[in-house]
Amino acid sequence: MKKLLILSGKGGTGKTTVAGAFIKLSNAKAFADCDVDAPNLHLIMEQKTKPIKSDYIGMGKANIDLGRCVSCGFCEKNCRFDAIKLDNACYKVNEFACEGCGVCEAICPASAIELFPQVSGELMLYKNDAVFSTAQLKMGSGTSGKLVTEVKRQLNLGNINTDLAIIDGSPGIGCPVIASLSGVDMVLIVAEPSLSGISDLERIIRTAQKFDVKTVICVNKYDTNIENTLKIEKLCNMKGLPFVGKIPFDRNIIAALNKGKSIIDVDCAATKAIKSVYEKTINILN
Amino acid sequence: MKIAVLSGKGGTGKTFVSVNLVAASSNAVYVDCDVEEPNGYIFFKPQELITQNVSVKIPVVDPNKCDGCRKCVEFCKFNALAYIGGKIIIFDDVCHSCGGCVLLCPQKAVSEKEKVIGKIETGISENVKAITGILNTGEASGVPIIKKLIDDISSNCNLNIIDCPPGSACVVMESIKDADYCILVAESTIFGTHNLNMVYELIRLFKKPFGVVLNKCIDGENPSEEFCIKHSIPILERIPFCSELGKANSNGLIAVREIPKYKELFSALLGKVSKEVQG
Repeated sequence: MKKLLILSGKGGTGKTTVAGAFIKLSNAKAFADCDVDAPNLHLIMEQKTKPIKSDYIGMGKANIDLGRCVSCGFCEKNCRFDAIKLDNACYKVNEFACEGCGVCEAICPASAIELFPQVSGELMLYKNDAVFSTAQLKMGSGTSGKLVTEVKRQLNLGNINTDLAIIDGSPGIGCPVIASLSGVDMVLIVAEPSLSGISDLERIIRTAQKFDVKTVICVNKYDTNIENTLKIEKLCNMKGLPFVGKIPFDRNIIAALNKGKSIIDVDCAATKAIKSVYEKTINILN
Repeated sequence: MKIAVLSGKGGTGKTFVSVNLVAASSNAVYVDCDVEEPNGYIFFKPQELITQNVSVKIPVVDPNKCDGCRKCVEFCKFNALAYIGGKIIIFDDVCHSCGGCVLLCPQKAVSEKEKVIGKIETGISENVKAITGILNTGEASGVPIIKKLIDDISSNCNLNIIDCPPGSACVVMESIKDADYCILVAESTIFGTHNLNMVYELIRLFKKPFGVVLNKCIDGENPSEEFCIKHSIPILERIPFCSELGKANSNGLIAVREIPKYKELFSALLGKVSKEVQG
């Protein structure tokens, strides 16, 4: 099974729109949403049945047993995350700041601290004619890279015999993106023709290259700034990265998305362009 | 006063709103906490740059002292250490710099070295001080850079606008933790609304006062506006979709400095926000 990951660096360039269209165009039997701290793919991938849900257990959080605490302050002094503070003469853990490293638990002379596992999100697996793996991070729990890895593991467990899996990624270049990059065959970057978009594109290209993943690039909303689109084409040329096409800005797309539809259900200029981007991308992937 | 601008979804206009709010003020600091993909500097083009590296502590093991007890390996919750072929191997990129391995090693064989993961650039653009956090590509976590950005915000300046990363994970939590007020920027798509709902939950968890700016509004349905009305969330401003504005923004121009009507709009928004914070 070949895995195509869709990334962008900058947010809001159209990853999910493109991913949704690719899934429909390829009739993909396996797909996943790895943007666990702002997932959206499920909004346009209507599913007939309810998903199989499971808890995602993230890092533990420290808890102080005040009955045992001798107020030595050793935990506060050694916590690198400033997660333990004296509050009304009692040491308390700020669970948003606690990273679950376990230093306080290990060093407490009164054995008053214990890490408790936390439900940090929910994994969802839809199994209809296709397998769709997605998840939602629980607000305030923080760690998203590990949940991304779980979403991909769940997709593999779907155990479906298919040639192609499409994975919608998250913005940025940090841990969720790095976690999503591992084990994929190719990355399609959806770029945006703004100076911000170009700066972010260069950073995500460098990140993908550090992890040795083959990369192709398309531009979305290209006609909102033709000059910048040209700059992106030149950039791809210079770096020797395949440029697989450009999609125009099209209000029909917003209307279709708000109705929960994928853009290939609409007959418009953007749809034609995205079909061409799809064909070029799949050719290179294979 | 610290105001965080966040959105959940990317590309809704966090940087646009942050940059223009700062530019509309007479004495403000712009703090770019989107360290994975910082963009504010593209607009401000800050001069007289001062660069400061940000580093984290990574363990180093002295092989002469290590007796292979593996206490560090067993302790590390992040699996940043392994004992392979008779020696300790350290995986820098998953290390959270908690210092546990140093504290627990019975042979005192573990010490720490500094590893640069990014930098902070501070510069001036007209009346604005612009501070940008930049994570090196290939590094997993920008949290230490954000922590430094937030801790370094001086209390004597009137207004600090914090441009947050997208999403709702640790990087966002770190960016909003000290904020006096949060501005949520939402666009009029079901994606925008879904992610607005997520950050709405997040800031209620953090008990922050907040209001919403509806950006790129087009005629017809606006699911984000409906969401705000349903949950009685104050709508601070509605900014219409405008291709002239979009073009200026995509070319790295600051609307407040280029187009008079946006100077008015953002000055008014700034007034509203200041009133909300003080009142």
